[in-house]
Amino acid sequence: MTAPVNIKGNRSKFDPQKLLEMTWSKVRELLPPAIAILIFLVVWQLFTNSPDSNLPSPIRVVEDTWELIIDPFFDHGGIDKGLFWQIWTSLQRVALGFSLAAIIGIGLGILIGTNKMMYSALDPIFQVLRTVPPLAWLPISLAGFQQANPSAIFVIFITAIWPIIINTTEGVLQIPQDYNNVSRVLRLDRKTYFFKILFPSTVPYIFTGLKIGIGLSWLAIIAAEMLIGGVGIGFFIWDSWNSSRVSDIILAVIYVGIVGLLLDKFITFLGSLVVAEDKSS
Amino acid sequence: MQTLQTPTDAKSRLADPFLRIEGVSKVYATPEGPYPVLDDISLTVNEGEFVCLIGHSGCGKSTLLDMVSGFKKPTEGTVWLQSQPIREPGPDRMVVFQNYALLPWLTAYDNVYLAVDAVSPKLKKRDKAAIVNEHLALVGLTEAAHKKPKELSGGMKQRVSIARALALRPKVLILDEPFGALDPITREELQEELLKIWADHKVTVLMITHDIDEALFLGDRLVMMTNGPSAKIGEVLDLPFERPRERTRLMEQPEYYDLRNHAMEFLFQLHAHEED
Repeated sequence: MTAPVNIKGNRSKFDPQKLLEMTWSKVRELLPPAIAILIFLVVWQLFTNSPDSNLPSPIRVVEDTWELIIDPFFDHGGIDKGLFWQIWTSLQRVALGFSLAAIIGIGLGILIGTNKMMYSALDPIFQVLRTVPPLAWLPISLAGFQQANPSAIFVIFITAIWPIIINTTEGVLQIPQDYNNVSRVLRLDRKTYFFKILFPSTVPYIFTGLKIGIGLSWLAIIAAEMLIGGVGIGFFIWDSWNSSRVSDIILAVIYVGIVGLLLDKFITFLGSLVVAEDKSS
Repeated sequence: MQTLQTPTDAKSRLADPFLRIEGVSKVYATPEGPYPVLDDISLTVNEGEFVCLIGHSGCGKSTLLDMVSGFKKPTEGTVWLQSQPIREPGPDRMVVFQNYALLPWLTAYDNVYLAVDAVSPKLKKRDKAAIVNEHLALVGLTEAAHKKPKELSGGMKQRVSIARALALRPKVLILDEPFGALDPITREELQEELLKIWADHKVTVLMITHDIDEALFLGDRLVMMTNGPSAKIGEVLDLPFERPRERTRLMEQPEYYDLRNHAMEFLFQLHAHEED
């Protein structure tokens, strides 16, 4: 039992010295990447400075896309929407496809990991399918669904599911023999074994799979949307290319990168909630 | 308390001994052909007896105990517990594993509770909790009951493992080098606690050790095995020291050194490792 802790005694009083130190250490941390970005922008500016350059300079990009930057929420109907709505639509597709992939992938992974027969039957098939590039699934998907939106979601699903299955299976196979011996000597029933041993032991592997899966999903949705059209950040990029708005493309690409990073961080954060405990004993 | 019967005495007195290892051999199939680990091992253990096994690594001590716990099946022969052949692992032959085998995501309390709940699901929750608390107290872990294994020292983890095993009231307690990884002071502490618990619980103990002094301090009998392959029981020593035992007084007895030297000679001269 934890003894009651005297919180009052530990609470630090306002201390300008300390605050200054903290700010300074934060600044020092952020300084190197800030300088790197600055150098990158300067080099970019130098290379694209001439009026007949094919690509816009960073200053041009900001000038051209200023309206998109300051108002991401406009909605002029059709596909003429602000960048927030474009990304939001893409994220919804990813959320749906990825969630399906997570549920089915984890389920299949556990089934295959716990069943030798299933493993030897299905693992070779999965090893082949997982190497298929996401976009190769799109024509099959379109043929099957005959509609753009479900096809895009299916592409996300089929892209994300392989790393989830494979990592979950690996996690089940890696359950330490000790834990299985405990289960055998106690003659744990299936339900208890699943919730007390198999699942907690496998969770770190599952989250590795989910992290790879979400990254691939985000890669795939951009490409898939370019082909299926409609609202979505992928088609926004393609549409901008068709109307020669290169600055818009660059802005969108930056946004795509930031959202991809946030998705990755989000899964890592979810994982840290579940896998709070160290695996090693 | 325990009297010092030789196996033959026991056999003549009891028609059916408590635990009987009968003509057990174990052969592993390897790519280079069959590899015989144990050859025709027979041993009888009385109820409440504390038996230590010693032998060089690779001589199949663990394999032998795995066949008592049921994790492995003998190639030939049978292990009988109270006239029932042993076919699979079960909580009546609870194991204290070499590396504790605690579930790291459960607290000490929950690790023991899981075992009690699995073995006696019909008990009331309050009774199960009482059993868990009683056994954690027995090994001196009441304070640390709600800590997770990674917050516990090696000795404390081994205590949880022992509490988990004892909470199930096993007929046989199987310990595979339980104190090998601990520092000498903790090891001695735990040896004494184990001895006290054994005396209170009257549980039958089979324990593998590498440490002759540990075996002499704890055991009623010391089973010494020859080197593998095809390891056999080389010799069984009776350890006739009276109980309760006290370490310092035990070491003052001349008999102690006779037995110790005898065991040393067996291990390091008659059956020295080929590499040694």
